[in-house]
Amino acid sequence: MTYSPHTTADRAAMLAAIGVASVDDLFDDIPQAVRAAEWVVPPPLTEQAVRTELSRLASRNRIPEVSFLGAGVYRHLVPAVVGEVIGRPEFATAYTPYQPEVSQGTLQSIYEFQSLICELTGMEVASASHYDGATATAEAALMACRLTRRTRVAVSAGVNPDYRRVLETYCSGPGVEVVTVPVDLADGGSGTTLPSTASGAVDDSVACLIAAQPSFYGQLEPMRELADVAHAAGALFVAVVEPTSLALLTAPGDDGADIVTAEGQPLGIPASFGGPYVGLMAARMSSVRQMPGRLVGATRDARGRKGYVLTLQAREQHIRREKAASNICTNQALMALAATAYLTAVGPEGLREVAELSTIQARHVASALEDAGLGERRFSGPYFAEVAVSVPDAARRHAALAERGVVAGHLLERDEPALRDTLLLAATELTTDDDIARLVQALGETM
Amino acid sequence: MAYPDDLRYSKEHEWVRNDDGHATIGITSFAADELGDIVFVELPEVGGTLSQFGTFGVVESVKAVSDLYAPVSGTVVEVNEALRDAPELLNTDPFGEGWIAKVDLADTAELDSLMDAAAYAAETA
Repeated sequence: MTYSPHTTADRAAMLAAIGVASVDDLFDDIPQAVRAAEWVVPPPLTEQAVRTELSRLASRNRIPEVSFLGAGVYRHLVPAVVGEVIGRPEFATAYTPYQPEVSQGTLQSIYEFQSLICELTGMEVASASHYDGATATAEAALMACRLTRRTRVAVSAGVNPDYRRVLETYCSGPGVEVVTVPVDLADGGSGTTLPSTASGAVDDSVACLIAAQPSFYGQLEPMRELADVAHAAGALFVAVVEPTSLALLTAPGDDGADIVTAEGQPLGIPASFGGPYVGLMAARMSSVRQMPGRLVGATRDARGRKGYVLTLQAREQHIRREKAASNICTNQALMALAATAYLTAVGPEGLREVAELSTIQARHVASALEDAGLGERRFSGPYFAEVAVSVPDAARRHAALAERGVVAGHLLERDEPALRDTLLLAATELTTDDDIARLVQALGETM
Repeated sequence: MAYPDDLRYSKEHEWVRNDDGHATIGITSFAADELGDIVFVELPEVGGTLSQFGTFGVVESVKAVSDLYAPVSGTVVEVNEALRDAPELLNTDPFGEGWIAKVDLADTAELDSLMDAAAYAAETA
């Protein structure tokens, strides 16, 4: 007996409608090398044997003793209260409720999250969260296309290269062209997106200009000027921000951003390969109907009591079907709750301390390497908590240090060939002076 | 229910008033009543072109979101900006203050494919 709801004829009709010959053709994008030749389920094991096998696999993880790796994900202190809150069964077991109004506690927690993100970004409305920073950014680009009725987007090369790859993928379906605006990579240059370069790429066919603050290279971008370039062409300005930096820097909403996106991981979520992380998105109220994803609103019930609802659901796919603002987004309610608990625990002063300590330690990293004659800052101008440093023979030494339990940041030539022999080193409030001494010593030993 | 005699009507419940090739379009009182309280109208762009029975905007009520289907082909020369702040005009005065767009008709013969008031009244009876 088959449990498939589709007959052979159903499947043939669906394949014909989308123009592929067979179901296998749908998986053409996945290289043969990484596909399973056949699925073999191993024989059953005892509980004891499973524990032994899982321990063996776990022991293959290499936990660095000292790490300066950032490049989009940052290791911050996660207060114990965050785990306590998200571990509560009322929250931990709930996906976004599909009968939402009976879950007032969940809706309130999402509403508080949205309020915090609005306050951080200086924007008027925030979504209930997205999958991660990259998908939130790609959704922002498509949102800009809907708002402007234009079909090209311009993205600064200072935006995380992983985000730009996701953006390309998202834009390939609807036929949106992605134009990359180069960054000034000259030795000792600004390492930022020059407004003059951006204005050459942004014309009246471009829906938005996307730039990151700080840039992937840690440098501070001229956001106000880039926003002006976008607006002069009738395009929107999308700011991709690092959330802890907002405790120190001008809020993107005050810098001309029309849409703000971010990876929320630094807000109380541990750095781990593959996540889960959380995407943030905020915008102007005038564009709320083109915002993707869920939105929680506050209202009053028939007796005048405050309550929370999933609002403006008419944008969403369970009502608008194929005409929804997005059919490919999801949210990360539990991780959004972690960010909410984190921001509530540290407060405005705590977040500022995190940002200040991170920037101070990043400067210690740069000056310690320069003082030891091991490397020099690759760019000039202001930077946040991550610094690009020119180090001779960087690839070999990066690998040698990893063997010694020191991750010397991110090797930038992996993403940008013009940045050979450049390490991108991140610091946070968890970066100790001893860590920095260890980096200097280990790097010195590989001369 | 009686409908204005000087208009032509589509099966999708839009109306069109032709004034010598310059047309005004909107949704009917029947459509507005069925939708309930209208809270948002996504207007077409001035300068944009409409094709008959193609979608040209969206109307959102507390009950549903519906596409607007152009009753005629043509070029949009004006949209009812008042609807941005007062979408309820579609409920209160659908054939008057609640007009949606003004269009230069591409082909007046298209009007013949639409219903007159009597036929539309029969359609919605």
